[in-house]
Amino acid sequence: MQIKRKAKKKVPPINASSMADISFLLLAFFLMTTTMDVDTGIARRLPPPVPPQEDIPDIKERNILAVSINKNDWVMVNNKPMDVRMLKEEAKNFLSNPFNSPDLPEKRMDTIPALGGLYEVSKGVISLKNDRGTSYDMYIRVQDELTKAVNELRDELSKKEFGVPFTSLKEDAKIEAVKKAIPIAISEAEPEEY
Amino acid sequence: MSKFIKSEKKEVPQMSTSSMPDIVFMLIFFFMITTTMRQADPLVRTNVPEASQVEKLERKSLVSYIYIGPPSNKKLGNESRIQLNDSFKTLDDIPDFIMMERESRDEVDRKLITTSIKADQTVRMGIVTDVKQQLREVGAFKISYSARKTAHDE
Repeated sequence: MQIKRKAKKKVPPINASSMADISFLLLAFFLMTTTMDVDTGIARRLPPPVPPQEDIPDIKERNILAVSINKNDWVMVNNKPMDVRMLKEEAKNFLSNPFNSPDLPEKRMDTIPALGGLYEVSKGVISLKNDRGTSYDMYIRVQDELTKAVNELRDELSKKEFGVPFTSLKEDAKIEAVKKAIPIAISEAEPEEY
Repeated sequence: MSKFIKSEKKEVPQMSTSSMPDIVFMLIFFFMITTTMRQADPLVRTNVPEASQVEKLERKSLVSYIYIGPPSNKKLGNESRIQLNDSFKTLDDIPDFIMMERESRDEVDRKLITTSIKADQTVRMGIVTDVKQQLREVGAFKISYSARKTAHDE
């Protein structure tokens, strides 16, 4: 009987009103420490180091677009001065070679199944060279223009083949196919010793 | 007329606050998940340049940062310096830094580590090229030039 009486005794409820305070405290902490800014940037892949004795492969002149920036931030394309804003069109024309002009890069046939078998991939390489005194701002502007050229070409191809812009492509196979058809062919010259 | 008087007398039922902790906890979890602790106090000014073709850096935990810029402390002069983690470093420290960054990541993720170069727009390319050469030597090929998205297209 005694045991039964004990069981009947009520446990006082835990006061949960301070729970809100505690959780607010935590919330305030995370609110303060959080940084919502997403880091953005231009992604690039560096080439592996070249062994010193290795010969530099010969590339035909028509397959190279030599872009150089001097220490005063002047841009030269194939030894002709050029405004940065013109660079995108120049690079696009160079990489796509729409009329198969003999001055512009050759193309090689490559099998890309997602694009319906054979596709002509440009052999063109943009050679980027900068001086030690070039400003980083200018360098990024040039990189940006060149990236824009590649991205626009990819967009055009993607729209033609799949009907949607490149950034809207969902399937990996299609993305890889477009990337393979229009690679980011930017090669940076080895820095020269002074 | 009597209708108005009656309604005024009516008592407003007390609002239940018992769900408040739940709501707050939900917010906490949101911030806990999205939060990334600031890794290093900036010792150099890094006002990154603008670019239109920027991509988001995926998986922040796999990004290691190299800061290049003039020191924020004006007494230290105007020459660009390299900052790794919490202190000024020289070019020769970069391989060690990359090794340490690799050690601290899971083996499966090591190939995916991106090195973000956060350089001030006034920096000269000489130092950036030197950093890139060091990264090549040590095999950190995936890099990203940190840049802000241009606010509007020209």
